Formats: sequence, C-alpha cells, structure tokens
Amino acid sequence: MSTANPAVERAHDDAHAHDHHDIGFVQKYVFSTDHKIIGIQFLVTTLIMLMVGGALALGVRWQLAYPWTNMPIYGSLFGQQGGQISPEFYTMLVTMHASVMIFLVIIPVLAGAFGNFLIPLQIGADDMAFPTLNMLSYWFMWPAIFCFAVALGVVPGLGVNGMNAGAAGGWTNYPVLTGIASAAPGSGAATTWWLLGLTFVGVSSMMGSVNYMTTIINMRAPGMTMFRMPLTIWAMFITAILQAFALPVLTAAGFMLLFERSFGFTFFVPAGLVVNNADPTVGGGQPLLWQHLFWFYSHPAVYIMLLPAMGMVSDMLACMCRKPVFGYKPMVYSMAAIAGLGFIVWGHHMFTSGMNPMLGMTFMVSTIMIALPSAVKTFNWLGTMWAGRLKFNAVLLNCTAFVSMFIVGGLSGIFMAAVPVDIYIHDTYFIVAHFHYVLFGATLFGVFAGIQFWFPKMFGRMMNDTAQQVHFGLTFVGFNVTFFPMHLLGVAGMPRRYADPYLHPYLEHLLPMNQVMTWGAILMGFAQFILLANFAISIFYGKRCGKNPWNANGLEWVAPSPPGHGNFEEIPVCYRGPYEYASPLVEDRDFVMQTDVLPAADESPEPAPEPAADSN
Amino acid sequence: MKYFWVFFFAVFPLAVLGLCFAAPSMNWWFPYGNPAMTPLGQQIDGLFYLILGITGATFVGTQIALVYVLWRGAVDTEGKAHFSHGSHELEVIWTIVPAGILLFIALYQMDVWANYRIKANFPSGLVAAGEEGGHAEFSGPIAEVTARQFEWRIRYPSPDRVFHNEREVREWLRNPQPDDLHTVNDLHSPTQEPVMIYLRTEDVQHSFFVPELRVKQDAVPGLVIPIWWQALKPDEYEWTCTELCGWGHYKMKARVVAEPAEDYEAFLESLRESQFDDGFQTASAE
Repeated sequence: MSTANPAVERAHDDAHAHDHHDIGFVQKYVFSTDHKIIGIQFLVTTLIMLMVGGALALGVRWQLAYPWTNMPIYGSLFGQQGGQISPEFYTMLVTMHASVMIFLVIIPVLAGAFGNFLIPLQIGADDMAFPTLNMLSYWFMWPAIFCFAVALGVVPGLGVNGMNAGAAGGWTNYPVLTGIASAAPGSGAATTWWLLGLTFVGVSSMMGSVNYMTTIINMRAPGMTMFRMPLTIWAMFITAILQAFALPVLTAAGFMLLFERSFGFTFFVPAGLVVNNADPTVGGGQPLLWQHLFWFYSHPAVYIMLLPAMGMVSDMLACMCRKPVFGYKPMVYSMAAIAGLGFIVWGHHMFTSGMNPMLGMTFMVSTIMIALPSAVKTFNWLGTMWAGRLKFNAVLLNCTAFVSMFIVGGLSGIFMAAVPVDIYIHDTYFIVAHFHYVLFGATLFGVFAGIQFWFPKMFGRMMNDTAQQVHFGLTFVGFNVTFFPMHLLGVAGMPRRYADPYLHPYLEHLLPMNQVMTWGAILMGFAQFILLANFAISIFYGKRCGKNPWNANGLEWVAPSPPGHGNFEEIPVCYRGPYEYASPLVEDRDFVMQTDVLPAADESPEPAPEPAADSN
Repeated sequence: MKYFWVFFFAVFPLAVLGLCFAAPSMNWWFPYGNPAMTPLGQQIDGLFYLILGITGATFVGTQIALVYVLWRGAVDTEGKAHFSHGSHELEVIWTIVPAGILLFIALYQMDVWANYRIKANFPSGLVAAGEEGGHAEFSGPIAEVTARQFEWRIRYPSPDRVFHNEREVREWLRNPQPDDLHTVNDLHSPTQEPVMIYLRTEDVQHSFFVPELRVKQDAVPGLVIPIWWQALKPDEYEWTCTELCGWGHYKMKARVVAEPAEDYEAFLESLRESQFDDGFQTASAE
C-alpha cells in the first residue's frame, strides 16, 4: 500500500519535463489547480471574510451596549435609520454574523485553506487526487459569497423581488419563520438567497471532502502508513468523512425549504397558520422536521469546525515543545470517537423544542459521553507539553490558548448537555458563551497558530513573531473580556437574539456589563489588523527561511519553501512517525525527520514497525 | 518574556474564578439573586451547582496543570525534552475516571427531566384517571396560551367548567367556548398547587420562558404542549420569548402572576364581570 498513484507519478514526470513552461498568470494564480495556490486563495478569502463577520458582530455588540443609538462609522454605511440599528437589521446582523463566520470562515479556513495546503505536503504527494475538482471547490465559494452578500439586504439595487430586509432567521433558519415570506421582513427573497448561498457552500465542501478522502487513502508517499500520518492528516481525513456523510442531509433540507418557499411544497409548515395576517397556510408539514435535518448536519459540523484545529495544534505543540505527541493513538481514537458520537447527539439542540421528551434522555447520555474523548485529548495535550523544551513564540502561545479555551468551552458544554439544566439555559447567552469558546477560543486560536507555523512553507518567509505575540495578547484579552461574562448573562437568564434585552426589568442591570464586553470586542476586532498587516507585509518583507525553519519532522518540511510545482524534489520516503522530537537516536539535534535514514535504527519504509517501541 | 506569558496564562483562571465568586454579590447571577421559585426549579438549581462544582474543580485542576507545564517549560532549557510517546496506564486512568464522572452526571439528571416533561410523572391532579399515572382528583389545565407575533394570548376555561378527563380537555382545546375568559400577556395562576397550561402558537415558533420559575418550552406550530409548574410564593414573574420569532422577538414581554387561591378566584370573577359587561344597566340594578 501507500505508493504514490502511478498515474499521478506519470503526470508528475510530465510536469517536470515542462518545468519552465509558462502557464500564464491567470492559470497560475487565479484558476490554479495547484493545491498550494488553492489553499492560499482559501486562506486569504477566509481572512477577509473573518473581518466581514467581525464587523457584523461589532454591529450586534454596539446595539447591546448602546441600544438604539447611532453607531459610529458603521451605522452610516448600512443603517437605514440614519445610523440607528432597527430590530430587523439587528436580527439580520445576528444571522449573517453567524452564517459568514461558520460557512465562509471557520469551515473553509480549516478544510479549505489548511486541508488543501497541508494534505499533499504532509503525506508526500505532489498534488490532490483531483486538481480540477479542487479548483472548483474554491471557485464555488464565490457564488456563495455573492448570495450571502445579497442576503445581507444592504446592497443598493439588489433589493429586488420583494426583498426589504436582510435574511433574519438566525443561522439555524428555523421554519416556520423562514418558510413563509410574510413571517418577517427578512423572510422574503433574502432568505432564498441565503439558502442558495448555503447550497453553494455545501457543494464546495463536498468537492473538497471527496478529494481529501481520495488523496489521503491513495496518494501517501512510500512508507507513510496510516499510523505514521501527522494528526493534522488524521483530523482532515475524519473531517472529510464527517462532511461526506452529514452534508447531503443539510443540502436536501435546504432544497426542501427552497421548494417549499418557491413551488408550494409543504414539508415544514403545518396547515392553518395565520402569519402576520396573510392567508392561512395549507398543507401539513412539521416544523420539527427541519430542526432534525438541520442539526443532523450541523452538529457534526461543529466537529468539522474543531477537529482539524485539534490536529494542527497537536502537530504544532509537539514541535514547539520539542517533544513527541503524548499518546498518538489515543489521540486518533479520540478523534474517531468524537466523529462517531457526533452523529448521535444532534437532539441536544432540541431539548426544549417539543420533540418527544423520552429522546431527551438518550441524547443527554450520548452528549455527555462525547466529553470523554475531548477530555482524553486535553490530557494528552497537557502530557505533550509536560517536561518539554518550550519555544515561547506566538505559535506556542496560540496553541496554549487553544487548550486553555477548549477546556472552558468543553466544560460549559456539560451544563447544556444536562437536560434539566438546559431547560433554564437553553437559548440564553450561556449557549453563546459556550460556542464562542469552542469556535473562537479553540478553533481560531489554532488557526492563528497555524497561519504563522505554515506561513514559511507558503511564502518562503517568516512572519514577525513579536507582532504575532502582540496580536495574541490583545486578542486573548479582548476575547475573554467579550465572551466570559456571557456565561454570567446566561445564568442571569438573558435570551439570545434580543435587539433590546433591557426592555425586561430583570435584565436592566446587565447594561454596564454589556458595555464592557463591547469594548472588549472592539479591542479584539481591531487587533486583527495586526495579523492582517503582519501577514501582508511578511509575504514581501519577512525574513527568508530555508526548508525547515522550525526544525520540524513532517514531510512538508522536506520540500522547498515555497514548494514548486509537484512539491517535492524527489518522492519522499517515510521511515517513521512525525513526532520523533528529542529522540535519543541522534546526538546533535532534537528532531528526526520522517525521511531521515538513521544507520543506528532498524527502520524500513515497510509498514510493519510502529513509530516507536513504547507507543501504545 | 517567557515568564510574562506564564504569568499571563496564570492570570486567566484567577480572573475567571474571581469573577465567578464575585458574580452573585454583584447581582450577575440568577434573576434577582433568588433561588428558583418552584420545587422543580430548585432541583434544577441543585443540578446546576453540582455540575458547577465538578466542572469548576476540573477547570482549576487542568489550568493549574497547564500553567505548571508552561512554567516547567520556561525553567527547563537544558538538554532535550523528555522522550516519551505516552503512557498506557495514564491513558486508561484518564479515560475511566472521567467516564465514571460523566456517566454519573448523566444518570443523576434523569429523574428531574422525567418529572418535568414526561406526562405520566406529572403531579397528581394534572393527569386524569384512565391515563398512565393518572388520578381521580383531576383538575385540568388552568389556561391555554397561544403565542403570536408578538404577544401571548391566554384563554382560561370558565370558573364553572370542570374537566373530568383528557377527552374533555382535548375537546375544550379544539373548540373555544363562549364562556371562556381571555387576557393578553398576563397569566394568572394559583400558588402552592401544581398548575398546568397548554402551549400552542398561531404563527411561527416561540418559546415560553419564565426565568424565575425555571420553566421553558418552545411553542411549535401544529403541536399543543402541556407545561406545569408549582409557584411557591405569590409574586409577578417576568415571562419572555426565547425562540427567534421575527423582528419583535425581544419585545414579547409578559408576566405570570402567581397569587393565593382566593385571589386567583377573585381575579377570574372580576375578569368574567368585565368581559361580559355590556354596559347595559338593568332596572334591578337600582
């Protein structure tokens, strides 16, 4: 097994034969089929979308801190009421912030950017199995971005076909609210555009996931057995499987809702509803059906948004602590367990939804048990750091923040997994706190680390570490000031998605706290410009680096920085696992690359020997 | 600089703990700093504190471990790192111990949920004889609550109406009666005894949430869902919507008034008088 695909090898040789053949700017950098360019395209696109999503979030935060006041800068750009945020504009902000962050940032930055860039490099392949499909997977993001942009409802001239506000059904888009155009100002054409955008994102993800699975199974370099793969690759592999099995359900549900809205089908809307004085509905749908279908995808999607970051952080922590990953196989099995259990926990989003209460108990047990593999992973990260020789750079700091924040996000999850407690905290800010600790606190800090760690491989230059440390410090402080108090808001019973919570006397006293949180969010938002500036400047002026600036072990560090077309100068042969840091087999250095041939060791590229004798 | 970052990661858990310990005295805790106003809510609070204790201890332990390994990493710079790929014993320990704790948390929650949501476990008086778990002294629902954008409509059965069984309740839910009493955004209920309402919606999803009573249930188009609680103290409890229902989601403000049984009956009588008062003065009224 695990020899490179012969057809690809031939293509590889052909490519070398025409090495200096000029393929033109457009084909090289725009409609490129090279996984590295596609990965960088995904990365730049998602960083821009991160700023868009963040700007939308600042709109939300402004309204919660200074309700009904004119928002500086931003308000005059979008607000129809002279800079004031209207309730339907607020629900649009909530909806589109989540949609942009989830579908245009987190999922594509992990699977799209890092998946594309790292999979062929880390398994020693010269490109993806299906390069054209890969290119399409990037370019299908753009129709999605266009559809979401229209769904914002703020672009002049696009407010056609009865659209008088942006999509405002929440990112969960529950019908009946979104099934009937009269139910909300944003439930007209804007919701249709939103659903189309969702479909395009799904097509993009599906093309990626098919490609990743095929590439990882078929195109590993000689000697790269499954249990010699870096945890990043394991995470990408498991994520691709999750996506391939879960996504069709969401796509089907999206089409059902589109058909319901456009062609008069009735899947979700029951008969006899009089919504906003419109004619009574006909048919016999069931609103809970959407929730089941939506969460059947969207709960596994939470792991799609987390697992790749877990894998990347494992790689980076091992390198920055100069120590093998503690418990490689338990790490793999935990990820597999999270993915497997991830398919049977979706009902925990629906404890108070009116589904059969008996199901609440089943879903509670499965949900609480999914904390187990997460706990095992956390302990293993701590074990990896223990007695290491830590390199205190921004990569390590971001990875440490990942572990620290993931602990908070994981522990707060137990509260809402417990059905009786969830009765109280469901749909309050406790939930908002929880998923921001997982998606921002864990995933985005992992992404920040990953950007800096693999930047030299992308561009042949290093990012400025001091600037990254400043960025990290400000982001970490801003993040915790913004999101930790949300736990307390949740305990105080403040519901989500309220344009003006202070209408309710029991929430009035929370206004000062919300103002502090908003200033934390502003700090965090502006800190991202440091990252962007560092990223852009370092592409051209960063310190040049060699093949392996971090003294890391993986196959990607054998290739030139940046790797040329076909990645490797010669097909790498893998002799061992990727985490042989501090190995006693070598005297003069503390790392052994996967390709190093050591005379002392009894090693072969054959699959039989394990990465190390005492692994478990 | 590295000691600064070790300190930085040590400040975070301390700040979090400080904030959490200060929260109740700063009124950043349960609404009005009060315990739940229902027995079931108090059980929910108890489970919340149980989980808070377990997760809090885990948080402190793991954060101490994290800061410790960072500090060790900052101090130890000589030579190579400890070369180890893991420990089977440790993996077994830190799989089995959390598994036991998590399973305990899960199983310990079951009863409260069953009492809250499974109808056969509802208190006596809320389930009619003939049903599973039913009793002869059936009192029926106090009201039907219908959510709509953006208000709550409440329909009480006439004080004269007596429900004998579930069939009569279903009959009443299907067919509004001329002697029914109506209010908007103002639900009155007696204290001390368990009361039940039926929740439905006229348009989109809403959610019935009374924070101080720890009661929450979505209103789903096409479904009629029973909810029960037992208010311990006469008071006005704020009642909100927690399922996004359109632009006015935030303003579905209402109240649940819990009052002693005699006040409740007096309220229904005065409601009936005002609702059926046609303003016509009869001669005998002189």
